[in-house]
Amino acid sequence: MKQMTYAEAIRDGMRVEMHKDPNVYLQGEDVAQFGGCFGVTAGLYDEFGPTRVMNTPISEAVIVGSAVGAALAGLRPIAEIMFVDFMGCCMDELFNQAAKLRYMNGGKCKVPIVVRTPCGAGMGAAAQHSQCVESWFTHIPGVKTVMPSTPADAKGLMIAAIRDDNPVMYIEHKQLLPVPGDVPEGEYVVPLGKADIKRDGSDITIVAWSWMIQKALAAAEELAAKGINVEILDPRTLVPFDKDALLKSVAKTGKLLIVHEEVKTSGFGGEIAALVCEEGFDYLDAPIKRVTAPDTPIPFAPILEGAFIPSAEKIIKAVESMF
Amino acid sequence: MDLKKEQLLDMYKKMVTIRAFESKAVELFAAGQIPGFVHLYLGEEAIATGVCASLETKDYIASTHRGHGHLIAKGGDTKIMMAELFGRATGYCKGKGGSMHIADVNLGILGANGIVGAGMPLATGAAFACKYKKTDAVAVAFFGDGASDRATFHESLNLASTWKLPIVFLCENNGWAISNSQENHQNITDISDRASGYGIPGVSVDGNDVVAVYEAAGAAIDRARKGDGPTLVECKSWRWRGHFEGDPGAYKDPKDQADWLLKDPIPRLEKNLLKLKYATQAELDTIKAAADAEIEAAVKFAQASPQPDPSELLTDVYAD
Repeated sequence: MKQMTYAEAIRDGMRVEMHKDPNVYLQGEDVAQFGGCFGVTAGLYDEFGPTRVMNTPISEAVIVGSAVGAALAGLRPIAEIMFVDFMGCCMDELFNQAAKLRYMNGGKCKVPIVVRTPCGAGMGAAAQHSQCVESWFTHIPGVKTVMPSTPADAKGLMIAAIRDDNPVMYIEHKQLLPVPGDVPEGEYVVPLGKADIKRDGSDITIVAWSWMIQKALAAAEELAAKGINVEILDPRTLVPFDKDALLKSVAKTGKLLIVHEEVKTSGFGGEIAALVCEEGFDYLDAPIKRVTAPDTPIPFAPILEGAFIPSAEKIIKAVESMF
Repeated sequence: MDLKKEQLLDMYKKMVTIRAFESKAVELFAAGQIPGFVHLYLGEEAIATGVCASLETKDYIASTHRGHGHLIAKGGDTKIMMAELFGRATGYCKGKGGSMHIADVNLGILGANGIVGAGMPLATGAAFACKYKKTDAVAVAFFGDGASDRATFHESLNLASTWKLPIVFLCENNGWAISNSQENHQNITDISDRASGYGIPGVSVDGNDVVAVYEAAGAAIDRARKGDGPTLVECKSWRWRGHFEGDPGAYKDPKDQADWLLKDPIPRLEKNLLKLKYATQAELDTIKAAADAEIEAAVKFAQASPQPDPSELLTDVYAD
């Protein structure tokens, strides 16, 4: 085990795979000497050189599109998109190209790319640099969506994402980048599709991911003092989704609260609620609730942005209303 | 560039095979035997043929929605192609792609793309892979005049020229971006003029002259293979049919259409072959008859092929 931040853990995952597999390379805006907009790729240029760590022009479509073409030709690209908000500039390359080429060609090709991109509010970056839009990607058959919440998960999921033969959206949260934690050294793999219980409990299940795990953990501490024992389930990857782990937890607690930073309408929480209604309705002894961002763009003023982000207080209030 | 007799006759064979395949597709679509959309390459046969004559299997191409000609020119099997048009299990894509996505990935084809202009970034990436792996393979991105207006054109030419990738951007200017004529969708006549904006060579040739296409594309492919970077090659031609089968093309001036039909690339090559005494008319007729017979056999194969099993709906979404 080694102490490192979430950002360092992401980098360590990339390093391990770049040492192991010469077909893995990294490209994106300012990822080389500059080390990436948030410093996640710092040092990789010095370590692997200009043929494997490349700055691209500000051209999201060809960053992702060329990664798809290189993957078809046998490489395993990691493409960084500086903010998940910029995925609008390369959605065709993800959802019509990367996601569908295998199916359209009758399974005769594969597209092993990782698109790394940071999400999330909390830094005053306003409406176009702060969003969480994971359900854009979960809605695309052919793409996997990964959202780590801890440094160890960040590393293990990065290695799994690079080794996966499918397009993987690897979404890292900006607020988590400086968060430290224990991370296993070497080839540590967290399989895609395997949830993790971040807190054992018996009275209610909170399912959350990415930064919202921290909010849920803070809420759970306060709720414990009030006699409510919360279980926190982190799916870690939304596609594939560990349905069995969720149903098992809900069967144990009888209650489900879903917390996400995406806006409410058509957020992934709706999918989880539907899934539990279809396959675990008998386990429930209270209606499912959601704590999410409201259906608005993200405002700039810190006081407004603070009101936008789901908080521990809102989670506590929602949990208490379910008893 | 001197073309040997065998090379020129091989091009002739490819062109008449594409012509026979596409002509048959017209009939079959009208008869309701082919579902979905079909975009035909009739009149543009010299382009794919002239370009692919300089490519090997290891080289990549990105095809388009109008991709049957590219696949035949790159070495595709017309039986498996026709089965794909029919949506049969024996088709190149097991019936999951159809005409618009018809490709043989084992021939280095990066898919036939239903999104106009989407092939250029893919070919740019494949060209990057060739350079990264230090092979001498190259990539050719086929795209139309309409696609030359898309952002992917700019992003791909900019990146490929900056990184000096082994790629040829091959514009098939057939005069039409769906129903919009070239003068209505861009303020230039020669699309190759855009090359100067990327610091790369650009050349425009008569796309109905297979020898001219072969020479221009061949020089660009050589240049890419030698590590000298991308070239933009524009081949000027004319789309004989509507954008898709069922589009009567009412927006075309009948005189323009008639003029271009007279520039048919196949009789032009025939004339050349006869003049060079590479073949007699009887020999050319035999090649044509063989192409027709090949396509008839392809139709029979497709018609006799099984439908995909309904369970196939759920396979091939993810690689294991």
